[in-house]
Formats: sequence, C-alpha cells, structure tokens
Amino acid sequence: MDMSFTAEELAFRDEVRAFVSSNLPDAIRAKVLNGVRIPKEEQSRWHQILHRQGWGAPNWPREFGGTGWGPIEQFIFEEECAAAGAPALLPFGLKMVGPVIMAFGNARQKERYLPRIASAQDWWCQGYSEPGAGSDLASLKTKAIRTGDHYVVNGQKTWITYAQYADWIFCLVRTDPAAKQQAGISFLLIDMKSPGVSVRPIATMGGHHEVNEVWFEEVRVPVENRVGEENKGWTYAKFLLGLERTNIAAVGTSKRELRRLKRIASLERKHGKPLIEDPYFAARVALIEIELMALEITNLRVLSAESERRAPGTEASLLKIRGSELQQAISELMMQALGPSALSMQQGTIPSEGAREQLAPPYPEPLAATYCNLRKTSIYAGSNEIQKNIIAHAILGR
Amino acid sequence: MDFNLSKEQQMLAETLHRFGSKEYSFENRRRILESSSGFSREVWSTLAQMGLLSLQIPEEHGGMGGPGIETMLTMQAMGRALLLEPYLESAILATTLIRDLGSSAQNKALLPALAAGELIAVPALLERGSRYDLSRVHTTAVRSGDGYVLNGDKALVVHAGTAGLFIVSARTEGEIDDEAGISLFAIERSAKGVSLESYPTLDGRRAADVTLREVRIPNEALLGPFGAAYPALAQAWDLGIAAVCAEAVGALDTIFQLTVEYTKTRRQFDVPISRFQALQHRMADMLIHVEQAKSMAYLAAMRSGERDPAARGRAVSAAKVRVGQACRAVGQEAVQLHGGMGVTEELSVSHYFKRLTAIELSFGDTEHHLEKFARSRDPALS
Repeated sequence: MDMSFTAEELAFRDEVRAFVSSNLPDAIRAKVLNGVRIPKEEQSRWHQILHRQGWGAPNWPREFGGTGWGPIEQFIFEEECAAAGAPALLPFGLKMVGPVIMAFGNARQKERYLPRIASAQDWWCQGYSEPGAGSDLASLKTKAIRTGDHYVVNGQKTWITYAQYADWIFCLVRTDPAAKQQAGISFLLIDMKSPGVSVRPIATMGGHHEVNEVWFEEVRVPVENRVGEENKGWTYAKFLLGLERTNIAAVGTSKRELRRLKRIASLERKHGKPLIEDPYFAARVALIEIELMALEITNLRVLSAESERRAPGTEASLLKIRGSELQQAISELMMQALGPSALSMQQGTIPSEGAREQLAPPYPEPLAATYCNLRKTSIYAGSNEIQKNIIAHAILGR
Repeated sequence: MDFNLSKEQQMLAETLHRFGSKEYSFENRRRILESSSGFSREVWSTLAQMGLLSLQIPEEHGGMGGPGIETMLTMQAMGRALLLEPYLESAILATTLIRDLGSSAQNKALLPALAAGELIAVPALLERGSRYDLSRVHTTAVRSGDGYVLNGDKALVVHAGTAGLFIVSARTEGEIDDEAGISLFAIERSAKGVSLESYPTLDGRRAADVTLREVRIPNEALLGPFGAAYPALAQAWDLGIAAVCAEAVGALDTIFQLTVEYTKTRRQFDVPISRFQALQHRMADMLIHVEQAKSMAYLAAMRSGERDPAARGRAVSAAKVRVGQACRAVGQEAVQLHGGMGVTEELSVSHYFKRLTAIELSFGDTEHHLEKFARSRDPALS
C-alpha cells in the first residue's frame, strides 16, 4: 500500500501540466477561473486543441481513438485541467454515448460516431428525463413505433443540457408499450436536424440557459440508429450509470473553487479584519477543505480498485453525494463571504491580463448566480436521495 | 498509487482477525472489563508472542522499526476488538518516545523488556487544565545533586496502575506554554513520592491522576535532550493520533456492520426495519462517514512519520477532525437504530459507542484540531 503517486504518474502529471499551461488560450482560462460559462466555440476550440495532442478522448481505449489512460491517469488529467482553469470536457459524447456505442454498438456505428466525438465535430446531448419520468426514469413515455426501416418517435424529453447546441441526441424510448416498465425500452440515436424535433429553452434561477425541453413530433429515425437490441435499452442505460467514476465527485473543480474562496475571503473584511481570520468563518472553510481531502482519497481508492477491475459497489453513489454537496457548500460560502454585496447581480468585466481571477465585486459571474446554478448538482444524475437508495439497496438487500 | 496490502500485510490482517474473534471475543473482553485491574496479563503476553509489541522497536533490537501500514492494521484490529489494554499507550507512544529519545543504555535496558511484554510504560503528559496542549506543563523538574526533583500533577494516565514506568513531561525552563524547556523523564511507578488516584474511564479502561511530590530521580532518568524534548514529543503524539484514527476505523466499521445486520433481523410492523427508508438513508450516511474516515486514517498513517511538523500536523489534524465527526455521528446513529437495545450493556454496540466517544475526546477533540487546521498555512495558496 502506497498512497503517493509513482514516478510515472508524477511524470505524467508534469506533462499534462506543461501542456495545459502553454496551450490553454487565455480567454478561455479567464472565463473558467471566474465561473463564466464557456460558449460553444470556445468549448470546441479547447477540445480540438486536446484532440490535436491525441488527448481528445481521455477516457477511451486506444482502439477507438482514445488515450488508453487508466483511471488514475484520467483523474490526474482532469485534476490538472481543472487546476489550470481549463473547461471540463463535456460528458455527453465522451462519457455517456461513446462508451455505450463501444460496448453495444455495431461496427458501422462505431466508425460513424466515435471519431466525430473524439474530435469535437459532433455535439451530443442526453435524452433521458421526461416531465413524468425523473427519478422514476423507467416510467418514460416517449414512443417509437417501428414502420419498415424507420421508427416514428413521438414524445417530450426534458432537462436536456445543451440541446440548443447539439447535433445529436441519444434517447431512451418505449418500443414495446405492452411490456413491463423496464423491458420495453430501446436506445436510439437521433439527428437533431430531423424534421419534427424542436427545442425549447428552460430558464433556470441563476439566469442561465443550460437546459431545454426537446419535443419529438412524428420524427422518423432509421432503424440503423438503434444501439443494441430492441427493448434492451434499459440494460445499456444502467451500464452507463455505473460507468462514470473518475470525475463524478468533481474533486479538481472543487479544489480550484476552494482556493478561490480562500482568496476572496482574505480580501473581504469583517470588523475591519480579513474575513479568513474570523474563527467562525475559517472553521467553516476548514470543514469543507477536510471533507474534500477525504473525498479525494476516497475517489483515488475507488479508482485504484477499478484499475484492477474489482467490481465497484456503492462508491459511485458516495462520490456523487459528497461531491455535489461540496460543490454546493463552497459556492454557498463564497456567496456568504461577500455579505450583503452578494445580492448585487451587477456583472463585472473579465480580467484579460494574465487571465486572472477577479477577487472583488463586481464579478464577471455574480457569486450568487453560481450558488443558484449549483443547486442542480444534488438533483441531476440521480438525485442524492436516489443515490442513498442505491447505497441502501447494496448494503441491505431487498 | 496503490491501496493493496502486501502478502505479509494480508497475513498480519488475518492473524489480527483471529486474535479479535477468538482470544478477544466479546465474552472474554467482558471478563477483563469486570476484573479489578481491567487488564489481562495473558492477553499482553499473547500480543508479545504475536510480535505486536515489537512493531515500533528498531530493527537492531529485534523489532520492526515502526512500519506505518502494519501499525494502522494493528490499530484497526484493536478497534474491532475494543482492546482494553494499553497497546496504544505502551507499545506505540511510550515505546516510540523511548526509541527516539533514549540513550543506547536506556534503549538496551527498556526496549527488550517492552517487546517481551515484561514492562509496560505509559505516557503521563496531560495535566488538569492543559486540555490537549502538550506544551502547557506545570509539573517542574529541578536539578538537585546527581539528579532531579519532580513536583506536579499528571491527569488521565491510562493504565497507570498496571504500568511499571511513566514517561513524564516536566518543565525544566521557560514559561507555562513554552515549547522550549520541556524535558521527559522515565519514572518508575514505585518511586518514592509517586501516588495514584485511580478511576475507570467512560470506555471501561482504567486510568489515574498521578501526583508527583518531591520525587527524586537520578540523571539517567532523563529521556532525551534536556529542555528540548518537545519536537519528539509532538511527533510521537501525531503518531498516536494516526493510531487512534486507525483504531476508530476498526470500531466504526464494526458498529456499522452490526447496525446493518440488526436492522435486517429486527422486525416491526411485520417487516424487517431495514425496509424503512427513514432508516435506510441514515445507514447510507453512516457508510459515507465510515469511508471518509477510512480515507483520512490512511492519510494520517502515511503522513504521521514526516519530520516537518507543519505538514505533518495539517494532515493529522484533518484526519482527527474527520474521524472525530464520524465517531460522533456513526456512534449515535448506531445506538438510535438499535432502539432500546442500543442503550444496554448487553449488546456490544453500546461498548463501541463509548469507545468512539472516548476517541473523539482523546488526542485533541474535533474542535481542537479544526482550529489547528484552520490556522495552518495552506501550501496550495501561493
């Protein structure tokens, strides 16, 4: 047992650090460090820079154009990117539909879709949730009726992140209405430009446009766009749920934001003294920092077990619960650090020189807006209550 | 990055498991708990035979030289077994202090006896009112002729009644809170002027307040540099924190498993109470506490040997905070989920609860270490 990185892992970390430091455009770094959303062009630009380096698909095996990195290397990569202010790569293609296609898709599908994900040519979004199917995902109603070599899809999906930018959507649809809930579901890839697909934005309380409703009206989808067997989609969706463990806890991002919190709190003043010296505030920061230290080690323990292909149990749920809570706690304290000034929604300019953090108001992204936005983390990807059900099921049985 | 145990470590873990389930079964432990000394000479000999009393002994004296992972595994097992004997105090703390500070003559005289289980030595560091500050020392040692005269009161000396030797901190120079000016002395319990006021502690162990009145000791009783023992003392203390964190993990793991099993068998309203979501989510929270505490106990085990006190202190304080939170939360929830049975002496859950409560209060409680951590410098901030 040895909890330090090996010489190879350290060399890898230095290589990533050096590359990101000299290749990440300042304009992008400045946005990320200041909590500002990255527009599509810049997100793609960064992904393409990585792609040219051969790092466009950090979590994929080499045979599909990935890096072939193990879980620990992926963790180091994501942590270094986060620390340097690089935007996280979007998960929808790389971490969600990509691995499903690799595991269950046919040769044609692999050839057609995977390279365009790794090179950031195609944007994907995830069509799972529906107005009536949230935590109870298997109650979804979007119908796909087979007519010849097409499915005709009708229904409504919701909470679709970045549907407004996406070229493709992967959907769970009901192909057998007579079957028991989980049994009649199939996994379809749908071109967002298909006639009958419409996207309607959902405004969320932070004032952002991230999520959308997507409507399907008589959308014709070729049967060849179905991944795997008909009515087996639930199996593939479940495969996906257990997959993502490297960055589910967002440890790298939280470490960066914690540093920002400390810098902000050393500039803010309480009774004329730096807020960070206030014992009560300092204790709250310390509690968060300690929990994050523990979570990072827990995450590495999980990944190291995964490297040896030991079956994961409740760990993904644990990481998701604590990771989301920490993201929220840090943003809450950051907002709190400003006191009444946190109420101001005035937008500051992004500091251009040296791509720095703006440490005093007005912030390019008001801290209270981030606080509002991050309420989503304990709700999405299986709410934290669902995660606790999963843990309970694993330890108690049914 | 490798979290696997070596073959030898796995064998040690299995041996420790056998010790916990056979020699130190709950019934055997109860007999020790109810005995007048609260200590089993037989168990202590077994620990010596297993080589566990030699873990911190240097290799040139036939020991293992203080391996971090083996120490952690051993302490986890002690936590599972709810060991009443002063393993942490004698085999880890006192042995480490003697090893690191003792002259070769002292080492020769003391280490083999400690390893063989013939001698038990316990630290006498805290004083009433010092809380957890090792530098807040009122006890004085004054040079006199060929030796020293000690006066003072030491509090909460675990198993003072069983130990043959105390490692006593005393001020030889400086002001009350100074780190400089503290010396350590090895004082026999039988020395003239040493008296004990004994009492049981919450977790069923035995302790005493030790009064030193005009205790005359020879020069050879000084352990380590005159007036400059504090750095080694602090280092040993941090090792103790790492050890007690590992012990807590063993106890946490066990009390969590006991609770899960109990809710699966206890039936109410015609179903096992494990079916109730109100209880399920609390057990999920318990699991998270246990895993997070385990991670921090690993961190403490890895970092507690570091020489730089600042970096070491940051890690062990963080660990003690996180483990302390888990001790409180998991202990309380375990009793609650056992219902009325949880508060009885009959089930082991209450015994684990009391030990976990004691661990939280020992070696600096959660608040003490939270304050220390919050005041420490974050190396990530330039």
